[in-house]
Amino acid sequence: MSTLAHVLEEEGLATISLGIIEGQLRSTVPPRGLFVDFPLGRPLGHPADAAFQQRVLDQAFSLLESTEPVIEAFPEPIHDDGQVLACTIPPTDDPDAHPAVAEARGLRAAYNRTVANTDGRVGAHRVVEPDDVPAAIESFIRVAEGTPWKEAGIPGIPARVAQDIRGYYEAAAMALTDHTPAAFEATRWFLRETEAGATILAAREQMKADGVKQPIWQFLVTEQF
Amino acid sequence: MSRTGDDIKQGASGLPAPSFESAAFTTPPRLADATVAILTSASLHHPDQPDFGPADTSFRVLDPDRRDYVLGHWSQDVDQTGFGIDYNVVFPIDRLREMEADGRIGKVADVHLAYAGNQFDVAGIRMDSGPEGAKLLRDAGVDVVLLTPV
Repeated sequence: MSTLAHVLEEEGLATISLGIIEGQLRSTVPPRGLFVDFPLGRPLGHPADAAFQQRVLDQAFSLLESTEPVIEAFPEPIHDDGQVLACTIPPTDDPDAHPAVAEARGLRAAYNRTVANTDGRVGAHRVVEPDDVPAAIESFIRVAEGTPWKEAGIPGIPARVAQDIRGYYEAAAMALTDHTPAAFEATRWFLRETEAGATILAAREQMKADGVKQPIWQFLVTEQF
Repeated sequence: MSRTGDDIKQGASGLPAPSFESAAFTTPPRLADATVAILTSASLHHPDQPDFGPADTSFRVLDPDRRDYVLGHWSQDVDQTGFGIDYNVVFPIDRLREMEADGRIGKVADVHLAYAGNQFDVAGIRMDSGPEGAKLLRDAGVDVVLLTPV
């Protein structure tokens, strides 16, 4: 990010860089930087909180008054306390399907509600359409059961497919809870509480054990969440 | 071992970063007279634009009057629900519109840019797509750029 700040300043544009990772912000020495100690993915802090976001911007734009390079810190940090979203997965009458596949089908109505309310900003939209999420999960089931990943029918770059599955579940979760999830709250629910999350984690372990190149399995999910 | 988002940030804090021998410093006009753009490294794009590939150093032009922004970032360490609830948490275009209406900034730019962050080799951005994006912004009359990560 700060690389671009330097390029833009050289071209005559004044910049203000928000930075979530303090070490990176300070080491790249942007002309004007505001360290915002917020979760990755939320550089303005709280979603749907215009007053908070405006306080961030007020301090950011105040840096334009400095006559020399400056880095400040926003004084209201937001920390990730490790919460796991609590939401009930709708039951499905699909006894012949793998539990992860049945689960995904059962979440479809909730998924549709969120997508309708968010202009499609969340969900499965990179390489897997929502109708194809159950089949994508089946491909990871095959990997977890020992099929080499290249023969398992994963419908795209594995990390991108896994990201769509995660997005599908997180979108569904947003419709099944009564509050605005904190950062990563829904991610932890997906990885710890759902059959699909367990499937992808199992596939990741199998790929690792099979000696697959690390970038292929490592970026499927952040397993430590 | 269970980690939180704070742990991931801590781990990323020590990653190598590009260095700059000297830093240009542009003096802006008064904010109340300035045209302001957002440049985000969140890999945002509209659905009818190409997704960002891995190690993609190109940029997308974002239309400030549309709301169909797609978060194309590749990292799994990024929360995606906040952006789904409110795109302003990454791309604060509504906040800029409010500042424009209040006269605190001169004008919201007609064009905004998105690049892909999480890059380990930034030579392409530094030498090619960065200057290209800067020219596009300058040609659009932009004075001040707010850079938002993801």
